[in-house]
Amino acid sequence: MNASSLEIPCEIPAGAQNPVEPFLRMDRMPHIWCPACGIGTTVNCFTRALLDSKADLDKVAVVSGIGCTGRVAGYVNLDSFHTTHGRAIPFATGLKLSNPELQVVVYSGDGDLFAIGGNHFIHAARRNMDLKVICVNNLTYAMTGGQTAPTTPGQTISATSPYGVFEPSFNLVQLAEAAGASYVARWTTYHVKQLAKSMGEILNKKGFCFIEVLSPCPTLYQRRNKMGDGLDAMKFYKEVSKVRHGSPTSEAALTKAGEIVVGKFVDRDRPDYLELLKSQMTASLGEQYAEPEVMCSEC
Amino acid sequence: MQADPKGVLTGVHFLDGDHACCEGTLAAGARFSAGYPITPSTEVVERFASRIPTVGGIFIQMEDELAASIAIQGAVWGGAKAFTVTSGPGFSLMMEHIGYAAMTETPCVFVNVQRGGPSTGLPTLPAQADMMQARWGSHGDYGIIALCPNSPQECFDLTITAFNLSEEFRVPVLLMLDECVGHMTEKVVIPEAGQLNITPRRFTKLPPEEFRLFEPRADQVPDMARAGEGYRFHVTGLTHDERGYPSMDVETQDRSVRRLIDKLTPLSGSRALFEAEDLDDAEVVVVSYGITSRVAQRAVQLARARGVRAGKFRIISAWPFPDPHIRELAGRVKAFVVPEINLGQMVHEVARAAGGQAKVIPVSHAGGSVHRPEVILDAIMEAAR
Repeated sequence: MNASSLEIPCEIPAGAQNPVEPFLRMDRMPHIWCPACGIGTTVNCFTRALLDSKADLDKVAVVSGIGCTGRVAGYVNLDSFHTTHGRAIPFATGLKLSNPELQVVVYSGDGDLFAIGGNHFIHAARRNMDLKVICVNNLTYAMTGGQTAPTTPGQTISATSPYGVFEPSFNLVQLAEAAGASYVARWTTYHVKQLAKSMGEILNKKGFCFIEVLSPCPTLYQRRNKMGDGLDAMKFYKEVSKVRHGSPTSEAALTKAGEIVVGKFVDRDRPDYLELLKSQMTASLGEQYAEPEVMCSEC
Repeated sequence: MQADPKGVLTGVHFLDGDHACCEGTLAAGARFSAGYPITPSTEVVERFASRIPTVGGIFIQMEDELAASIAIQGAVWGGAKAFTVTSGPGFSLMMEHIGYAAMTETPCVFVNVQRGGPSTGLPTLPAQADMMQARWGSHGDYGIIALCPNSPQECFDLTITAFNLSEEFRVPVLLMLDECVGHMTEKVVIPEAGQLNITPRRFTKLPPEEFRLFEPRADQVPDMARAGEGYRFHVTGLTHDERGYPSMDVETQDRSVRRLIDKLTPLSGSRALFEAEDLDDAEVVVVSYGITSRVAQRAVQLARARGVRAGKFRIISAWPFPDPHIRELAGRVKAFVVPEINLGQMVHEVARAAGGQAKVIPVSHAGGSVHRPEVILDAIMEAAR
């Protein structure tokens, strides 16, 4: 990928101090994220992808679950939903099906999407629901104080694994591919241009799309594991990340200190849920089939 | 507003309660349902899955009840009228999202066809043991509306009422069937669309810059917007201010949580739904709901035949509980007899509302069948003594 091909807008709107201000609820600043947390970086990438994609922002909705990343929905200046723990994807499923012209982005964390919400993730991928899922993976439950997540690598210490994590962890990109996702990529918050470009790609792709973003949690994960501060995290990402587009996802598992395979792993075209629904109903019912008109009328 | 004729199956039908409920959802304008199979409720969505592709809408079978009960809320914010259907074990799983709907003031309908519990209990047999769970099952303070039909015809009628109330009050409405009512087959008359009153969603007429999603109008209920129309609103299950922004201060919590309950006050008094019979001279009043009300009817007749001035108060809107009506009766009757297919749930509400003015006698049943009328009759005779 030619990272420099992405046009980064630098025009500052009148009255603003930063080009991404129009995408944020400035009346909610400052946000709750810790210094050197990577979530804000991903939001910055997301706003740039929105700018670049020239999406109609009135038609973009963000759905989050619970956790540090779950707070993204509250800060973006879009129709946004902060739902229950683990249930962002099924909420987003209902939102998308009732109002298909919306671009529905699920923005949540690894614990939310893959522990409590894991079942919903695999089923939405299986259905190829037209959702864009961005998972900020900080390898821990950060909001609650740094407990073990299904993504926490072995040989690390967490608040609930004081003697070391021994459970095997999920390889999220492999899981997403196996469940049927149309698009699967992984980046870190060091790879801001590539991440913004990937986010732009999924905004223009039909079907279930998944981006995993490795993101530092200096306050809990790194401190407990003596991995330094935010700058150390960037150096670490730079040092151990290997861009391997098209890499088999089975070879992209993460470990505590091993290499981080990043890139776009899957980009395939499958009919999405609504296309499958309509073609099945048309085949079965012919002219009796009525296209969904799900919205209720105005008062 | 009149019903959309596309969803109205006008005519005289022979339907079970579950199927009649489904026709009620379509007549009410529901065009989205998400469900998960569970006996004895599944027939509602089986029929919906069969009917909706020709009406114009979507049914999706989700991976579990947690998913179903939040998918409908996504659909509502996208602009749909939506519902889900379940029974005891699934109802337990849906509690989190009844709380979410109450907190976010998302109008939607949950149908619970009650079976025996606890746990997996009696999958194919009746109970009325989820009544307290319906009111209190999710954590925290909140209000809901619950309606109890006692016939397939009422399954149709009250389903429409449930949707209408959910839109009027921006609240989840729980339709509490029981296995008997869900599976009994009777005549159901579905009127023409023009004769059905449908409450439209309270979409705001204000422009985005003036609109606040949780600012109540005079009736304590805020207007809504739908996603995709430029309002750029935020919805959260966190305690939130009128803009929908999270707010952790005690005053906001007090103001917003009290309003969630207070906005439903009319439903306990002037807007309460109930059926009263032979109350003018009654000395003993049988308070019942759902299928048990039909057994109680027989017991009241038998008591009258034996010279006891028995009367009937059938609860239709169980939550908010019709306090003022029970209180008024309590001042002039000797006793209430409260049969229900549980070991004592709504009877506590009757006792609370009666405030010690009249005796309150439970007639409990652990579930699996209906009462025998004689058991209720015995309680009436005992109460009248």
